Amino acid sequence: MMKKWRDMLWQGIKRAGPVMAALLFVSGILFWGAFNTAMEWTNREEFCISCHEMQENVFKEYRNTIHYQNRSGVRATCPDCHVPKDWTHKIMRKIQASNELFHHVLGSVNTPEKFNAKRLELAKHEWERMKGNDSRECRNCHDYTYFDYAEQRNRSANLHQSGFTAGKTCIDCHKGIAHSLPAVEQSVGVEKGGATQQEFHPPAAKPPAEK
Amino acid sequence: MKKSIGSRTRSIAALFGLLAMAAAAVQAAEPVVSTLRGRAVSAPEVDSQVFRQMRDQPPIARDFVQQPPLIPHVTEGYNITVNFNKCLDCHAWSRYKEMGATKVSLTHFKDREGTELSNISPRRYFCTQCHVPQTDAKPLVRNTFKPAEGLR
Repeated sequence: MMKKWRDMLWQGIKRAGPVMAALLFVSGILFWGAFNTAMEWTNREEFCISCHEMQENVFKEYRNTIHYQNRSGVRATCPDCHVPKDWTHKIMRKIQASNELFHHVLGSVNTPEKFNAKRLELAKHEWERMKGNDSRECRNCHDYTYFDYAEQRNRSANLHQSGFTAGKTCIDCHKGIAHSLPAVEQSVGVEKGGATQQEFHPPAAKPPAEK
Repeated sequence: MKKSIGSRTRSIAALFGLLAMAAAAVQAAEPVVSTLRGRAVSAPEVDSQVFRQMRDQPPIARDFVQQPPLIPHVTEGYNITVNFNKCLDCHAWSRYKEMGATKVSLTHFKDREGTELSNISPRRYFCTQCHVPQTDAKPLVRNTFKPAEGLR
């Protein structure tokens, strides 16, 4: 079966001639470049905040955080944390993003009230995703094997080292680093219907690192 | 009968005369009170220094017995909102051991009628109303303050 298709392909190329084949090859490269350019165009912060749901809520929260503005000016924008960099995972995420377009059309979170009602659920999606891939997007920039613990403050140095030894990943402790946290149950006053302590401070997923 | 100016009237008049001279003297003299500002009110503002919070350090000794302890670490980016209290994330009784922090004082567990609660009273939710971090600013005025005997 495969041999038949292969033979048909070769016959087609032979019939078309070498010039045509070369032209098709070049246009294939151009098409691939155009496809990637279009995909990268949706990979920019300006594109993400073109939806008002994003611009009014999470972008405004992100503006107060260290990933937006800091001493050295080294920043992370929307795709740096929310879109994987390697091609296969990036394509999968882009296909999943059709769900976001769908909800944008439906208007599921198009007011602040609706957004805050869904904030816990959306946050939990991201927390689970990052825990599942061992905070891969954090590690795009932050390589903890090169942490200079002498430069960190005492608390960070201690907690980073004990955390990694216990097998924790970045998102286990650094929730809320870029956007406002949803309600979290801290047993103060009335129940808020927020994230439980188990969800907020999950136990380590992978076994502890070798000592 | 012709009345001459009495001695009482004379003394009152003399008093008024003295006050008038004093008022004139005060208006004519320069103000002698110096200001903390260091310059006239209408002059341009001096740029304030950028004060940084002091880095993590061991607990700071109290100066008053009832003083809310100072925060000996940097608290930049730590928010207290309706949704989440960042301070409690380390200092709550359920978290302090794992985080190596001091726990919240038991005095914070009473509601306003004095009933003991099982966790922080909502009236003590906003930690930074009383507890503050320290910056590297120098005191504006030199002083010789000493804590009370029991704290020295």
